[in-house]
Amino acid sequence: MSSIGTGYDLSVTTFSPDGRVFQIEYAAKAVDNSGTVIGIKCKDGIVMGVEKLIASKMMLSGSNRRIHSVHRHSGMAVAGLAADGRQIVARAKSEATNYQSVYGEPIPVKELAERVASYVHLCTLYWWLRPFGCGIILGGYDRDGPQLYMVEPSGISSRYFGAAIGKGKQAAKTEIEKLKLSEMTCREGVIEVAKIIYKVHDEAKDKAFELEMSWVCDESKQQHQKVPDDLLEEAKAAARTALEEMDAD
Amino acid sequence: MKTERKLEKQARTVRSGYLYILSLALSASRDTAKMDLNMDSNAPHSMGTTIIGVTYNGGVVLGADSRTSTGMYVANRASDKITQLTDNVYVCRSGSAADSQVVSDYVRYFLHQHTIQLGQPATVKVAANLIRLLSYNNKNMLETGLIVGGWDKYEGGKIFGIPLGGTLIEQPFAIGGSGSSYLYGFFDQAWKEGMTKDEAEQLVVKAVSLAIARDGASGGVVRTVVINSEGVTRNFYPGDKLQLWHEELEPQNSLLDILNSPTPEPMNI
Repeated sequence: MSSIGTGYDLSVTTFSPDGRVFQIEYAAKAVDNSGTVIGIKCKDGIVMGVEKLIASKMMLSGSNRRIHSVHRHSGMAVAGLAADGRQIVARAKSEATNYQSVYGEPIPVKELAERVASYVHLCTLYWWLRPFGCGIILGGYDRDGPQLYMVEPSGISSRYFGAAIGKGKQAAKTEIEKLKLSEMTCREGVIEVAKIIYKVHDEAKDKAFELEMSWVCDESKQQHQKVPDDLLEEAKAAARTALEEMDAD
Repeated sequence: MKTERKLEKQARTVRSGYLYILSLALSASRDTAKMDLNMDSNAPHSMGTTIIGVTYNGGVVLGADSRTSTGMYVANRASDKITQLTDNVYVCRSGSAADSQVVSDYVRYFLHQHTIQLGQPATVKVAANLIRLLSYNNKNMLETGLIVGGWDKYEGGKIFGIPLGGTLIEQPFAIGGSGSSYLYGFFDQAWKEGMTKDEAEQLVVKAVSLAIARDGASGGVVRTVVINSEGVTRNFYPGDKLQLWHEELEPQNSLLDILNSPTPEPMNI
């Protein structure tokens, strides 16, 4: 769907004749070039996973986190320009703590998603700012149950059962649609997310990657946290086996 | 020596007597109303008040008296001290009438916006927290004690007490205002968990009535508001229909009643 927007793509405050803002679309391309990020809503919580492409063998494993906790009950996985992502996470944390001090209760996930989306959209309104080059998958568990939102660089935010952004998003979405999410627990969801990420990872184009996962569910007492190490290893092993089985076919 | 001291004492009495009359003259020039009619119309309207909030099995009952005083004068003998913040949250006001009204107005405004943003009714806890922030952050200027009560779908019926300094405390029942001093012992004995709606309302009416009997700054009628999942109900109990307590006299409506009675003796106890 790419087209050259010659002349109409120099500024985020310029519309093209066919009603598009090209700068925002280019920002979305930055997201499409990054590692895959998935989120799914299971019956008792949310699971998020990131395919972290390793730039250098010298990097310490576990560094360069892509999933951040925003509040006790919610977390955000970022795809695209990592530095831009840090800004958004900082803003989201600040919104969450501010809401808690004013209203005396944890910020509802819906409200948090709206505030993050507003902030991302804000940066598409002025010529002296550039749009954020990141897509956000926001998962949280509040009084109304577990909820999953996705925020695009244009500032659109929507609620999902399953969402994927980044390089392998098309393939990932197809895989997610095959899952029966309403019957799945988060424990099972973790295994499925790992399998999907391993599957959509392109061995030819990208060398190594590290899998980073987090969840917020009944088992984690509605707190957003890294998936426990033993479960993570189990998931990775299951994913590798599934991949080998597929290759063997 | 003894006579000297006695003389000194007399002199002191005379002097202090003289000073007393002087002070009277000085204050008289400042606020004549106070000395002549025992009324200071420039005093801020204060609601002496008795306010109560009680949770029951399914919701809350809020109750209050109806006296607003300006010094010793009763400025309003039928005031409504239970004000609405949202469809499902009300607040009982005590202390300075102006301060409590302004705080309620601000919080009603904030809650209205919050409800629109959230897309659903605000919770009692949020309403109480907003009140608390205003009370605490402006504690130097405000003098108002509030009881927030309501019902929401997450927590059910809840009562929050926010006394003078701006503490926020969630309680199964709360009492406030000058008349509440006389109710601590009463509630210790009469309160129980899991009452029905009628039991709770009767408890509140009885308590306000007892406080009115003993507290000069409380009086008038008893108003109650019941809030539960079905909605809000306002009730009104006129002062002369309340039960008479120890040493309380039957109300006499007119002197003619006394004169026309078979034994016309005023002060016939």
